[in-house]
Amino acid sequence: MTPLPSDPPIEPLLRDLTPQVLGIVVRRFRDFAAAEDAVQEASLAAATQWPRDGLPQNPCAWLTQVAFRRMTDHIRSESARRHRESEAALEMEQLTPPVDAAPESDHDDTLILLFMCCHPALTPASAIALTLRAVGGLTTAEIAHAFLVPESTMAQRISRAKQNIKGSGIPFQLPTTEERAQRLRAVLHVLYLIFNEGYTSSAGPDLRRADLSYEAMRLTRIVHRLQPDDTEVAGLLALMLLTDARRQTRTNAEGELIPLSQQDRSLWDRQQIAQGVAVLSATLPKGAVGPYQLQAAIAAVHDEAPRVEETDWPQILALYDLLKRMSDNPMVALNRAIAVAMVHGPMKALELLNALKTDARLADHHRLDAVRAHLLELAGDHVGAVRHYRAAAGKTGSLPERNYLLAQAARLSSKLPLTNEQE
Amino acid sequence: MKYILMMNGTKTDFGEYAKWSKQDMEANVAFMRAFSKQLKDEGVFVATEGLGWPGQAKLVRASKDGTPITDGVFPESKEFLAGYWIVDVESPEQAYKIAARASAAPGPGGAPSNMPIEVRQVLGSHSDLGL
Repeated sequence: MTPLPSDPPIEPLLRDLTPQVLGIVVRRFRDFAAAEDAVQEASLAAATQWPRDGLPQNPCAWLTQVAFRRMTDHIRSESARRHRESEAALEMEQLTPPVDAAPESDHDDTLILLFMCCHPALTPASAIALTLRAVGGLTTAEIAHAFLVPESTMAQRISRAKQNIKGSGIPFQLPTTEERAQRLRAVLHVLYLIFNEGYTSSAGPDLRRADLSYEAMRLTRIVHRLQPDDTEVAGLLALMLLTDARRQTRTNAEGELIPLSQQDRSLWDRQQIAQGVAVLSATLPKGAVGPYQLQAAIAAVHDEAPRVEETDWPQILALYDLLKRMSDNPMVALNRAIAVAMVHGPMKALELLNALKTDARLADHHRLDAVRAHLLELAGDHVGAVRHYRAAAGKTGSLPERNYLLAQAARLSSKLPLTNEQE
Repeated sequence: MKYILMMNGTKTDFGEYAKWSKQDMEANVAFMRAFSKQLKDEGVFVATEGLGWPGQAKLVRASKDGTPITDGVFPESKEFLAGYWIVDVESPEQAYKIAARASAAPGPGGAPSNMPIEVRQVLGSHSDLGL
């Protein structure tokens, strides 16, 4: 077994194989928490041995065998710990996985694992971490790096998530048909959160975080392959592709944010936009329309405008109208206000914002101030715009965003007479 | 989202702390150690540090040629950072709950000290898509 130039890169292979192998091990041993640890260990062993010894003939069987051995060790030490007769351990010793261990139904297993890891009983942060490890095949260290926390903290978070799963008795099986739609929404939400977490500068120290967007797209592609008829899965995949297509232009070399209206559209990833549009278009004949599809459609309208002046705002507004009927998310109402401003003028949009001010979910949110500042600027009220850009800067949790908002305030205030500036 | 939880005190507060009994001191140190361990076990721990005392604190400014000018004279009312924790949590409310636990660290006689903990968000680099 010598490494051949034709060998596929090991890391992506391990990531692809993780849910398959985990499915096999969980089916055999019926202990998700321990099986997940065993597969992670097998994967780490592969990452050191395969580059040295070459790829085994059947990487899936290799991983399964190592994971089975780890499970046997685990069960042995557990029974020793409990001072029990080691009958179970002896029995396990006899276990040898079939050399060509093929998953019974790896498609179902991957879905089952996603449903488990994204279970509503878990907090979003634990669901994200567990999904990335158990389904995404990332190592604890990689996940910890991506979220900028110590590896031990991430390990603990994953272990607690698994205890929660154990405690709530979530079975390793597909949810019932009635449950399924709702549970799939939870899966999509977690995938969306992972994408969003990685949606940032592609420059400098943040380079690693961009991997999260890539992982989210990879996992969503898998779900799309497993559930090709679900229009919202397709909608989320399209949304990710169409949004990520602008990644290179969202920030400059220094990591400063560049708004959509000022991005260099010639650098947008046309191929990815075409893919996103194709995925989205394929859902249209299927009838059902959901929030992810609508968001993707809005992203597509932006992506397809060759120049910012050619943006089809009436179309975007119509899509937001549909979206608003489906969701009471105040962020949707806020984004819609921008479309209203572009179609009916900023005064009309500012009226909408006044109505939103009473929404407790937005009251202290920086985006309410940021959008108001933008609308006031459009309306020619530069003093008010400066005030709200600064208020937004004081509330945001993102450093690049704060710098962007302060730069907007500075740009406008430098044109103001000093007396107004003192307001 | 990450938050920093800061323990601050005036020089007087530090002076009072220095007069605690051995027993009170040990109880406090044991609490702090256990608290950090709990944060680790809960999967929220990012970092913690304790700082040297205000007696050694210096204010530094650059002189005209860039060399440091140090000053150790502070107003009595100035609050000094004594130590901090950084935690990674899902909401500000979760950070406040953790801060309240720190605030309940035992003081003289073992009663909760209820010391003030300043909670501030640590800015991240990603911006929410806002969907």
